[in-house]
Amino acid sequence: MEWMAWTLPTAIFFLSIGTLLIGMGLLHLKYPSTPRVGVLGIETMRGDRLFISLLGSAFINLAWIGLLDAPQYGALIICGLFAIFVFRWV
Amino acid sequence: MEKTVNQRAWLLVLPVLVLVAFSSIIPMMTVVNYSFQDSFGENIFFWVGLEWYQELLRSERLWDALGRQLLFSFIILMIEIPLGILVALSMPKKGISASICLVLMSLPLLIPYNVVGTIWQVFGRADIGLLGRTLSDLGISYNYSQNAFDAWVTVIIMDVWHWTSLVALLAYAGLRSIPKPYYQAAMIDQASRWNVFRYIELPKMRGVLMIAILLRFMDSFMIYTEPFVLTGGGPGNATTFLSIDLVKMALGQFDLGPAAAFSLMYFLVILLISYVFYTVMITIDKDEAKQ
Repeated sequence: MEWMAWTLPTAIFFLSIGTLLIGMGLLHLKYPSTPRVGVLGIETMRGDRLFISLLGSAFINLAWIGLLDAPQYGALIICGLFAIFVFRWV
Repeated sequence: MEKTVNQRAWLLVLPVLVLVAFSSIIPMMTVVNYSFQDSFGENIFFWVGLEWYQELLRSERLWDALGRQLLFSFIILMIEIPLGILVALSMPKKGISASICLVLMSLPLLIPYNVVGTIWQVFGRADIGLLGRTLSDLGISYNYSQNAFDAWVTVIIMDVWHWTSLVALLAYAGLRSIPKPYYQAAMIDQASRWNVFRYIELPKMRGVLMIAILLRFMDSFMIYTEPFVLTGGGPGNATTFLSIDLVKMALGQFDLGPAAAFSLMYFLVILLISYVFYTVMITIDKDEAKQ
């Protein structure tokens, strides 16, 4: 595992993503998601909305790094708001 | 009869998951780890945080390569898709000539990427190449290794030569799947050739054309071997596309950290575009199923 150059922050990041995916999988088994059409005009399930949230969050973080010199937790707050928006309206 | 839910079938997916984990997920995790660190070799790493991302996102190098890449993909799609459709429409519909045509169309697709690059490298040379020498004899100044415009033209023609037949074959398959009654109805209505194409063939080919656009976009967006063999990314940086730049950074300069950050951003762009295409294709499929 040494060759993978693990660090605590990246391990926490991947653990969070893994937990999120497992959690969403279990949630789907308990409460199956039904497709719906939101503001994007496309049919989405809960998993799609998670994917859009994660992908959007990656770009929000990159934009924050590229455009601002502010601390990164600002981008995380925006990502949280973005995820709420996606899960509620997309 | 009532259906029972049996989730045990998911176990059959496990071998694929293991394969994907070793071929994609673990290497991807390693790249993420590298992107936050610096290394001088010997498997020793130093945490640098977001430094590589900051450096790359604020440098012209990444944006220039991305701009060139998008321009290249746009140009080849603009040429290959209409040309592929045109070729498919002109191909014989049945008989031995149709089979010969299909074999001939498949030939460029069978040639390995580095061989394609080498063929065009020799073909375009002004001293010994058929194309280069002919253009020189006609008094046309052409040198893909020194002139950026010539290099671009050569790379684009090479890609068109290599991949248009894929679009043509897909479009041909789409055309062949159109039931005859559509054409008979058009004939009764005395529809013109253009109207047959516009209102029957094109809508019926929509699915395969989306696949063709997706395949060609993704492939052109990740192009490496052919331009690398042909121009090496030059002259200057004129044909340095994203993957060529990435390889220069990772292997040429051994900047593992910046190269990892670069490849992750590259991956995110590809993921975004793939998702958009995938969503469009699924929506088209659903619309067609409803009709």
